[in-house]
Amino acid sequence: MTVDDLVPAPAAGGRAASAPLLGRDVEPTLFELSEPGRRAWQLRTTDVPEVPLDELVPAGHRRGAPLVLAEVSERDLVGHFTRLSHRQFSVDLGAYPLGSCTMKYNPKVCDAVAALPGLTGVHPAAPAVCTQGWLGLLVELEEVLCAITGMAAATLQPAAGAAGELTGLLLMRAWHEARGEQRHKVVIPDSAHGTNPASVTLGGYEVVTVPSDARGCIDVEALRSVLDEDVAGIMLTNPNTLGLFEEDIVAVADAVHGVGGLLYYDGANLNAILGVVRPGDMGFDIVHLNLHKTFATPHGGGGPGAGPVAVSARLAPFLPGPRPVRMGDAPDAPYGWSTPEQSIGRVHSWHGNALVLARALTYILVHGSDGLRDVAQLAVLNANWLRQRLTGSLDAPYDRPCMHECVLSASSLKRTTGVKALDVAKRLLEEGFHSPTVYFPLIVDEALMIEPTETESLQTLEALAAAVVRIVDDAHEPDGARRAQEAPHATPVRRVDEARAARHLVPTFDARPPG
Amino acid sequence: MSGYTPHTESDVAAMLGFLGLSSLDELFAAVPAALRLAAGLDIAPGRPEPDVFAHLEDLAAANRPCGRELVCFAGAGAYDHEVPPVTRALAGRSEFVTSYTPYQPEVAQGVLQALFEFQTLVARLSGVPIANASLYDGSAALVEAVNLGVAATGRQDVWLSHGVNPTWRDVLSTFAAGTGHRLHDVPLRNGTTDWSAVAFDDVGDPGVVVVAYPNFLGCLEDVAQARAVCDRSGALLVVAFDPVCAGILRSPGEWGADVVVGEGQALGMPLGFGGPYLGLFACTADHVRRLPGRLVGETVDAEGRRAYVTTLRAREQDIRREKATSNVCTNQTLMAVTAAIQLGWLGTSGMAEVALRSARGAHYCRRALLGVAGVEPLATAAVVREFGLRLPVGADLAVERLADEGFLAGVALDASYTDGRHDGLLVAVTERRTRAEIDAFVSAFDKAVR
Repeated sequence: MTVDDLVPAPAAGGRAASAPLLGRDVEPTLFELSEPGRRAWQLRTTDVPEVPLDELVPAGHRRGAPLVLAEVSERDLVGHFTRLSHRQFSVDLGAYPLGSCTMKYNPKVCDAVAALPGLTGVHPAAPAVCTQGWLGLLVELEEVLCAITGMAAATLQPAAGAAGELTGLLLMRAWHEARGEQRHKVVIPDSAHGTNPASVTLGGYEVVTVPSDARGCIDVEALRSVLDEDVAGIMLTNPNTLGLFEEDIVAVADAVHGVGGLLYYDGANLNAILGVVRPGDMGFDIVHLNLHKTFATPHGGGGPGAGPVAVSARLAPFLPGPRPVRMGDAPDAPYGWSTPEQSIGRVHSWHGNALVLARALTYILVHGSDGLRDVAQLAVLNANWLRQRLTGSLDAPYDRPCMHECVLSASSLKRTTGVKALDVAKRLLEEGFHSPTVYFPLIVDEALMIEPTETESLQTLEALAAAVVRIVDDAHEPDGARRAQEAPHATPVRRVDEARAARHLVPTFDARPPG
Repeated sequence: MSGYTPHTESDVAAMLGFLGLSSLDELFAAVPAALRLAAGLDIAPGRPEPDVFAHLEDLAAANRPCGRELVCFAGAGAYDHEVPPVTRALAGRSEFVTSYTPYQPEVAQGVLQALFEFQTLVARLSGVPIANASLYDGSAALVEAVNLGVAATGRQDVWLSHGVNPTWRDVLSTFAAGTGHRLHDVPLRNGTTDWSAVAFDDVGDPGVVVVAYPNFLGCLEDVAQARAVCDRSGALLVVAFDPVCAGILRSPGEWGADVVVGEGQALGMPLGFGGPYLGLFACTADHVRRLPGRLVGETVDAEGRRAYVTTLRAREQDIRREKATSNVCTNQTLMAVTAAIQLGWLGTSGMAEVALRSARGAHYCRRALLGVAGVEPLATAAVVREFGLRLPVGADLAVERLADEGFLAGVALDASYTDGRHDGLLVAVTERRTRAEIDAFVSAFDKAVR
């Protein structure tokens, strides 16, 4: 036996050690860190009789091959996921100007609320007598969301924006059907988020796309030309995905209502108009909100979100049920559940992403009417400042003030240097910023969609702008295009081979090719 | 201004000056004046954090949560399993909490690798090779599975076991209004699905067959019968499984499932009044190009080092738009990361132990409750963690009486499970229930159902 036999081999795939800040080793997977016989779990002592498995589960129902997960100690588990967290950019680390996503700071008080045992410990099927606090919370949230959007009633069930969209389209369908009408088309502008057309299809409608005009807004004449009595409604984001307010919204609303259609408001960009103007006052009938965006609940690496849908009074009878309600008019009347008469039915297993809803209520109450207006004003101020600061370095395809985000273009940069929007994004990563959204909206060539949000300071905006200017300037220097195309260097991994991931699909550890 | 926005008055003045504006209101010149709110929003002005927190504490105090207030015997898709401090601590790391969908993989390897590990763990639990990076909840996963099955077979008739969670069936029915899928209810007999009750000739060949394992009543279905229906008709088999019971049960993959869906709440999430939970979705390799939601794949970076990225993106709504396989964008990533941590904590032995201990508790509790005068079993089929009873009094009444005694006794069953009567109660027992708690529950139960 040699010393080598006594020293364990390092976990395959990298160094399962500390010091992630000192090297750029890959982190082994949980499965490579696993050592048979290790464990982290500890369970309560119960004194329940220890009946063997074969007396509990008939043979034909027992697992054939034993289930193998990973076997690690609690210390190794903590090391692994902490090192993974060190390989992850986040709002708490720095500016995250990812357009359309509203990556604002997430107040920590909301984390504390979402951890209150009186909220986390409540079973969703517990009788209403045990859940009065939750029911009151949901009713209060519904009321403030209606006040913010100018609507009459809301459902809190949809778990994210796209779920809200589909819920809204089913409300639209139910409303038309209750009037004895079968309509088949829903209009969306060409600047819409991809979720809009996907939701329209799932709602059983056909998508009719209308173009934007030279000013970046919906072309009202083109809209009128597609409107007829087969149009169930229109889905609009306002401000739209170019960050521009649809100035002709009243004309759009009149035209759509004129053929008996409904207006659906995609709340993705609601942050821009909080306390300034309400979708209900613009003529919208159905509104979804993205609480993880507008009310910072936060984003969780890609959810959980929450996508409540608020509606005008004429659509309230169709809302999903059961709804939390106060049972009577007395101020101390208890809360309970009620399902609207013509409800489209449930859209969630329970009552929505409840703990996310509690976070949103907290955020709204701290801000209040004055604070929410500040949010919109400062978000729009920050976006316009960046837009003006960067115009010249990048193209501004729509030469007019923006709302909460601006869409710039690397089109000229690409033509003169070969450096694309994607390269600018990758270089920004090694400057310490998350990149803007790139290549969206689809109607802008080499788009960079920048949404700084209201929580970034002037100093941060200037640092971001200076980084973009530096990147653009360097692209014009000798060998600059190569430097941009090889970026990033300073990130946990370099540019990732996406084509290979799709061509040689490895979606699990067990699908890895041998060796 | 709140403490979250950094702008000083002089910052605002300087920024407005840079833009050639004299007031913040001028930023909104594009908004027609007639539409603008003159008096602001009709909600209260902002309040300091401590005041608002106290209000939320008051609301929380008006609930009776499980724990010291109520000993939990309720399930029906939401279970009181152990969530250790280490899971909460790691899942609460702000790098996971305050990031977004990993569009820039070079700075998102943390979330991407955690999702890759999650996908691996779900694939192993479900027994099929591909799992996505999560959906909203169990019902959303079922809706997507049915959409996949219909797209794969081109047939919109869905045979849906009555043993599938009734709220999931409600959600499926809601969304069928848009897709036009035709749902056919297949009844239960003695707790498990009676496939012979559907006359093939009357409803035509199904495109999708859905069965739950264990089913809503806690009973173990003979999934082979559902598989046989699929083999005869060419339908896809969707199995709604329970990831905890999967620690000891034959996996859906071993039963021949094409698509596996489940509710992942039991993998590290608190009861939380129903959300956020975790939709589990897995399938055989044949269907990967119709997979809904995000999928993470392993690849390499420019230096050949292992790296992770979201892949097969051409399925998704932001690229395929109206032809996408699903409209999902934001899903439940933080819950998937939480589940990966929780499954890492449990590991091979802990997963089996939780399932085994839950089954022991459930069997012990069931036998004792069946000794209470007037209490009958809802079915005699084998159960694991959850079981149905018929009571000599209304189930709602029994639940309210037992809440007064400090027990959340279970979930009152829809009358469709009990011949139109409202005397059915669904009781769940997890590994957290002690013998002393169960014994005290049985004593209180004896008084409550008189």
